[in-house]
Amino acid sequence: MQDKNHAESPERWAGLRVAVSGGTSGLGLALVRELRLSGAEVALVARERERVRSVALHSGAHGIVGDVADKQGIHRIALQITGLLGGLDVLINNASELGPVPLALLADTECEALEAALATNLLGPFRLGKALLGALAASAREGRGAVVLNVSSDAAVNPYPRWGAYGASKAALHHLSRIWNEEMARQGVRFLSLDPGDMDTPLHRLAAPEDDAATLKRPETAARELLAAIAAALPPPQTPAVSRSPLFAF
Amino acid sequence: MRAANQAVQRPPQARLLHLDAHGRVRHLPRSALLHLLRRGDLVIANDAATLPASLHGLHCRSGGAVEVRLAGRASLAADDVAQFAAVVFGAGDFHTRTEERPLPPALSPGDHLQLGPLQATVLRLLDHPRLVLLRFAGEPSRIWRGLAAHGHPIQYAHLPQPLQLWDVWTPFAGVPAAFEPPSAGFALDWALLTRMRQRGVAFATLTHAAGISSTGDEALDRRLPFDEPYRIPEATAAAIRRARAVGGRIVAIGTTVVRALEHAAWLDGSVPAGAGLATQRISPRSRLRVVDTILSGTHEPDSSHYQLLRAFADETALRDADAQLVARDYRTHEFGDSVLIERSVSRYASVSAAAKPRCLPGISATENAAERGAGWRPVPPASIAAAFQGPVNTMVLSAAACTSAAWKGKRYHCFCE
Repeated sequence: MQDKNHAESPERWAGLRVAVSGGTSGLGLALVRELRLSGAEVALVARERERVRSVALHSGAHGIVGDVADKQGIHRIALQITGLLGGLDVLINNASELGPVPLALLADTECEALEAALATNLLGPFRLGKALLGALAASAREGRGAVVLNVSSDAAVNPYPRWGAYGASKAALHHLSRIWNEEMARQGVRFLSLDPGDMDTPLHRLAAPEDDAATLKRPETAARELLAAIAAALPPPQTPAVSRSPLFAF
Repeated sequence: MRAANQAVQRPPQARLLHLDAHGRVRHLPRSALLHLLRRGDLVIANDAATLPASLHGLHCRSGGAVEVRLAGRASLAADDVAQFAAVVFGAGDFHTRTEERPLPPALSPGDHLQLGPLQATVLRLLDHPRLVLLRFAGEPSRIWRGLAAHGHPIQYAHLPQPLQLWDVWTPFAGVPAAFEPPSAGFALDWALLTRMRQRGVAFATLTHAAGISSTGDEALDRRLPFDEPYRIPEATAAAIRRARAVGGRIVAIGTTVVRALEHAAWLDGSVPAGAGLATQRISPRSRLRVVDTILSGTHEPDSSHYQLLRAFADETALRDADAQLVARDYRTHEFGDSVLIERSVSRYASVSAAAKPRCLPGISATENAAERGAGWRPVPPASIAAAFQGPVNTMVLSAAACTSAAWKGKRYHCFCE
């Protein structure tokens, strides 16, 4: 992706309604912070109740406790997102599951570990995107634009040994995003699949504890780059709405 | 007709009865819907997602079991989720026919209800032991969390399996606002929307808080539909103007779309964007100003939905269509078959100002009643203010008597349904 060091101007994001999965650590947390600083209304979704409460409290985002890998829970998450935000302009599927820890050769990977990676990295974004598609398409019809960002990885395109569960699931997500984008472009809903690069995050530390954090990208930097890419995919900001006047005036 | 008892939104064998503007009936597979639409038509659907509006719990004072069915709300604002009108039942669930459900324990203002994680207080009864105004405790986020965790879609005994949210959200469901699914929209999927676009048929949405269809109580059912908030996006208002400019028809997907559009258009027939509160009843006497064609489920003749259909079609044509629905064993209820009803040609030309009197501005309700005859009822100013967000100098007059002492001598502009 393009190397930009700054987010779009805050005005671009003011009033936009954004949902971020996995929003309590690493890249997700950085995205929530950047979005809030830019004036967006944010709902974050993550599994751990206390962390959700804490991040919501400090960031001013809406906190939703849920696991995108849980098929039964997806609509209850979507209900809270659109209920709290009153609609949705941007969905960021950021929550990711690494697979076996420590990383393992595919031959040593349990089927259940691959299934878990697919549930979080592929099925979760698919189901959440589908449950929220109506809200996103409504936003697009109203000229606000609609973007789904599926956070990808270089492991989605490179066959790194020992990254099998993660890489295969991210590869599938990448292709899913491209097909979504082909199918929904006419409805005005854009799907992006972007690799934020190697970052100093809990997930990366789990995968590669030997890496020197100083050589890794800061999640805040990656977050700003991703937000710039989303902003570029949205239509230009609307002038103040002409429809804000009361429906009837006597 | 028989009840559709499976929660399948688009069964391949779904059928469509088409009643055209001349009263002619055709029987088609529902997949033929696309071919009944013309280039330039505008299809408008209700994109409300359906709330998990059925909440089981306890009436704290008596310890009695209750099922609360949320049924009304003043606006669609995201943070306006504390206060709801609700229908309350006693013990039991949807497996029992609504008509046979027991009354709740006697409810009084100030009573507390524990509904799973949600706590609610009865603010007041709304002129019926089963209908209350209640208020949930806590911030909107807590209320949404509680609804998500504990609520279930409202359902009726004809569906034996418990409904899940994904059963009742249309493919294009957005903001959760409906108390029961705007189920006419079940007929549409994204492939159909794509083919419509290719055919030159436009698509737009509004959001309308589709209300409950049955309370199990005759007196309450007669009050349906309750007031329903709605929102019409500017893009939809613009699409209506465009469709009219090219002579396209406005095709409403479901009764809720008709109610919202016709309410918004009461003043001069144009549809402004914005929020409103639909308070009117649409009946055979209603003059439709916006909607040309409606796609709907099949409805029983004693329901408010059916009354709305009578605004589109003449009595004999509708009765004939009904007889054919029965004779050909169409499936009814929310997952059932569909009807597409074009507004009768007679409903464009013959409705004159004389047949549909407007109230006279600047005179009192009593004087209007005298002018127009018996059967007018003033609507309280608070609901008018909520509906029109303007100063209350307007009065809605509908059925029933207008001679109540409270309104005597008051001067309002007024209009009629």
